[in-house]
Amino acid sequence: MSTAPLLQIRGLGVYYATAHGAVDAVNDLDLDLGAGECLGLVGESGSGKTAVLLAIMGLLSSQARLRGNIRYRGTELLGLGAPALNALRGARIAMVFQDPMSALNPYLRVIDQLSEVSRVHGGSSRRAAEQRALEMLESVQIGEPERRARQYPHQLSGGMRQRVMIAMALMAEPEIVLADEPTTALDVTVQAQILSLLQQVRARTGAALLLVTHDLGVVAQLADRVGVMRAGRLLELADCERLFASPRHAYTQTLLAALPKLELPA
Amino acid sequence: MSNRHRGSWIAGGVLLLVALSSLIVPALSPYDYYTPQLDLISKPPMLQGGHLLGTDPLGRDLLIRVLWGCRISLLIALVASGISVGLGVLWGATAGYAGGTIDALMMRTVDVLYSVPFVPFVIVLTVLFGHELWLMFVAIGAVSWLDIARIVRGETLSLKRREFIEAARVSGVRGARMIGRHIVPNLLGVVIIYATLTVPTVILFEAFMSFLGVGVRVPLASLGSLIADGASDMQAHPHLLLVPAAVLAAIVYCFNFLGDGLRDLLDPRQQS
Amino acid sequence: MLRYILRRVLESIPTLLLIVTIAFALLHAAPGGPFAADKAMLPEIRHSIEARYHLDEPLWRQYLRYLGDLAHGDLGPSFQYRNTSVNQLIAAGLPVDLTVGLSAIVLALLAGIPIGLNAAWRRHTLWDRLPMGLAVAGISLPVFVVAPLLVLVFAVKLHWLPAGDWVHGSPSHLLLPVAALALPYVAYVARIVRGSALEVLNTSFIRTAHAKGLPAHRILLHHTLRPTLAPVVSFLGPTTAGIVTISIVVETVFGLPGIGRFFVTGALNRDYTLVLGITILYGTLIILFNLLADLCYAWLDPRVRLE
Repeated sequence: MSTAPLLQIRGLGVYYATAHGAVDAVNDLDLDLGAGECLGLVGESGSGKTAVLLAIMGLLSSQARLRGNIRYRGTELLGLGAPALNALRGARIAMVFQDPMSALNPYLRVIDQLSEVSRVHGGSSRRAAEQRALEMLESVQIGEPERRARQYPHQLSGGMRQRVMIAMALMAEPEIVLADEPTTALDVTVQAQILSLLQQVRARTGAALLLVTHDLGVVAQLADRVGVMRAGRLLELADCERLFASPRHAYTQTLLAALPKLELPA
Repeated sequence: MSNRHRGSWIAGGVLLLVALSSLIVPALSPYDYYTPQLDLISKPPMLQGGHLLGTDPLGRDLLIRVLWGCRISLLIALVASGISVGLGVLWGATAGYAGGTIDALMMRTVDVLYSVPFVPFVIVLTVLFGHELWLMFVAIGAVSWLDIARIVRGETLSLKRREFIEAARVSGVRGARMIGRHIVPNLLGVVIIYATLTVPTVILFEAFMSFLGVGVRVPLASLGSLIADGASDMQAHPHLLLVPAAVLAAIVYCFNFLGDGLRDLLDPRQQS
Repeated sequence: MLRYILRRVLESIPTLLLIVTIAFALLHAAPGGPFAADKAMLPEIRHSIEARYHLDEPLWRQYLRYLGDLAHGDLGPSFQYRNTSVNQLIAAGLPVDLTVGLSAIVLALLAGIPIGLNAAWRRHTLWDRLPMGLAVAGISLPVFVVAPLLVLVFAVKLHWLPAGDWVHGSPSHLLLPVAALALPYVAYVARIVRGSALEVLNTSFIRTAHAKGLPAHRILLHHTLRPTLAPVVSFLGPTTAGIVTISIVVETVFGLPGIGRFFVTGALNRDYTLVLGITILYGTLIILFNLLADLCYAWLDPRVRLE
């Protein structure tokens, strides 16, 4: 990719002041995300990968202290005021969360949660927004979309809810989609479906995908490039194939070695 | 100690001060709460002449009357709250721990009792059977135990699933012993919070009853009866209403504040 | 849902029966009777009056007779106010109590919800600390202190509002009693709303709402309000019923012709039927408002199913 990266992160630091001193969630992170590419961030829990996504979206708690820069198309995101930030969130940069049961509002119908994105960001009328919502539901392969749209989240299965989340993220045709462990909360069989859905979505919309997961298998399937994080630091960043074939950092090697291998004894 | 909790400590301190004064000061003062002095009727507060807060319509020193009122109100509040909390904890912990039909039955009783208009009943009771102090304790205590029972039951249910209960059960601890030794001590946090928050309700209820004239008997006074007396005379002698009202409001305010602070500190569900 | 309502109504009958029985027993267990204190009455006349009211019959007979009348909706004659039935007294006084009480609840909601929401949204700022500090004061001041004070300030000193009495449909007569009654409830509602809103604002789905770039007013009104109101509704059920009993004080202070004033004097004068009737009324109101609260809760939260 020779064009300038969509998202440019330099020296990102996220830390919390506690009674025992400062705790780093993210430490001196540099990252680029190009248009249309898929970058996977892997690491154990506590490695800070989710914090990176939340920092981009401005969703960290008020107690978090931030350092460094996050630039989207040249605009600095850290410290951006609410109106400007809200114009970007959900519209240019969207996020898919880990647990769709808790991430969707149980008090609102699916169609309302979807259509409001278009109404707020595109100024669409209710009818147009609802029409688009139904189209999105179809595109994420939810059967009987009219019926499902009128339902509440608790009436849908886990896999369907995650599809709804993905549809919701795509409503305004964002350039970047951030996904925080999109398959972790799902059954294994459903995971595969969601992964293939994400691949199709990428191919269809050309959006860049920044994917955070602890599951190397997910990354292997989807990512163009992979970053390995540990204790808030980015240890290694490489093309997916190269990383899996010849990992350079000792920690990456440990991670790969921990993958169960199906091998017949020689 | 954090800034936010400083208020709770102040509140606790004020309450302690009031309680101690109500116990000690009357013994030190030359005036008592029941002897009328007909030449000193309804005097406003004055710094000299010995009556710091003035006198009431029968010439009795208002400060002493108010302090006695505090004593009575606090006594009733603490004993009645104690009864409420004790009953509520036992009921809720037993129901939550027993589970099954016993739990269903006990909580059904609570539901039914919720629909009973307690306030009218208590009023009827005291009117009919006289304003005996012990009756006030029981009657007022009977009003608040239902909420505590529900909360304690909920807490017990979640406690039941924790490992240390399983461990105790495996080593043979059963029934009443389990409830007494293992469950109740772990409920302490929640109980303290709600006990502290029950006290103001009880104080206000007792004051309400005294205001209606069905509270403590003359010449004993509680803050509620003092307010009632003051309210009827408030145009001419506002201090008769304002002094006990201010003291009552302050006591209740402090208990509420203290309870809030304790809840911020102790309630596991509130950790943000 | 109709089946649910029917079930609740049927379940309430044993409760009401229990209330009636206990009240009946209590009243008759106390010494004295409705006409015993009337020293000026000749014994023969007293006996004939008591016979007319069936007070000379054995207790169980009186009890059954009362239940029978109750089943027909007849609460009996008042012993204090001869020639007036309890039904008439209640019919005259209840509208006053309901008007004042329900207006107070509405006021409490209209004021308390925005204050609480704002306090939660702007947590730990002045918008939070000040109203919440005042709210603690609000629940610490009993009605019977606030009411006389309001009268003192607004009616006596400032002459802005009338001090009492009741003129049907006159808002100026309604203002002070409703304000006195509503004050602690504004505080309660604000506190509960704040606590509930804080919990809601911490949830994952509110984070999603922020991630969608929704403006603050939309997040508050569309996403936060409904989940926040659930505990408020649970609180309101028993509280609305309770307000009717608290109104006794307001009636006394403002001279309103409600039911509360009958209650205490009725107990003092052993007006059995009146006290029983009012007690049953209160019990019924509690049950009714609790049912309404549960229905509201179910309407608010789509996950709740009524069976």
